[in-house]
Amino acid sequence: MADVLINPVADRLSPLELLRVTLAAASDPSQVAIRELPFLCQIALRGSPGNTLFMAAVQKALGLDLPVKAGSVVLAGSVRALWLGPDEWLVVAPDGAAPALLSALAAALEGVHAQAVDVSANRTVIALEGPRAAEVLAKGLTLDLHPRAFGPGRVTQTILARAAVILEQTGEAPAYRLYVRNSFATYLASWLMDAAAEYRLPPLC
Amino acid sequence: MLLISCPHCGPCDETEFHCGGEAHVARPHDPAALDDAAWGAFIFMRNNPKGQFNERWVHAAGCRRWFNMVRDTVTHRILAVYPMGSRPPAGLGHLGAAVVEDAQ
Repeated sequence: MADVLINPVADRLSPLELLRVTLAAASDPSQVAIRELPFLCQIALRGSPGNTLFMAAVQKALGLDLPVKAGSVVLAGSVRALWLGPDEWLVVAPDGAAPALLSALAAALEGVHAQAVDVSANRTVIALEGPRAAEVLAKGLTLDLHPRAFGPGRVTQTILARAAVILEQTGEAPAYRLYVRNSFATYLASWLMDAAAEYRLPPLC
Repeated sequence: MLLISCPHCGPCDETEFHCGGEAHVARPHDPAALDDAAWGAFIFMRNNPKGQFNERWVHAAGCRRWFNMVRDTVTHRILAVYPMGSRPPAGLGHLGAAVVEDAQ
């Protein structure tokens, strides 16, 4: 009997794969669009920002200076570092980047008091974009998303519709990324579709 | 609903936080030397003042860091937020001189 071969990459199923078509149907780019960004590389990075060895090692491995200002994001090419706490960051990169980034970090952080762990399977990412995106989020957030209080390059951990999320604003449009635990992804995507439903234009007839 | 100023994240909604009870309760240096009554007092007995109260809070849904707070239990007014391991601002809180010993 022939072996059944499972390809660990091609046969992956992202948490919202089964909702992909539904999300697309619920999206209206002129109002608000919802889609999953599956399988992004995510690395939890911890170390002291006061340790110059640590900061220099990360700079060498990732090519960016970790943000030390609360709630800020630093980008370098396709790699982004999200501030999660005074000694904690989430490094986000495209799918498949984890092994190279981790080995670069491990080599650079040799002998430095620090921690870098692949947590890509912990959360999936929902992209929310369009002029109404802030209004959709405001239905479940207690944070102020007004430009005077939040904007591109800002990140925060908060609760959206009772689900813990990392919320990052990626663009002026506005565009947001919601990093949510896999087990909450279906719930949160459903909540977002419901919250966005009122902004979809009625069909022309 | 309280608006709590996290020392790291700034003002956030109360629902993002958990209260950790009274602050500055010093753990006995030699727990084995305590009798049951003294250990029970350390574990369970807490102040419950009407007025200013020193509390520990954690920004559970945010940066997940602990901090201390002086809150008025009558008005809910938050009078001070200060780091773990430090003393409350002078003249604030219910512990008075006891805090000085605990912090050392």
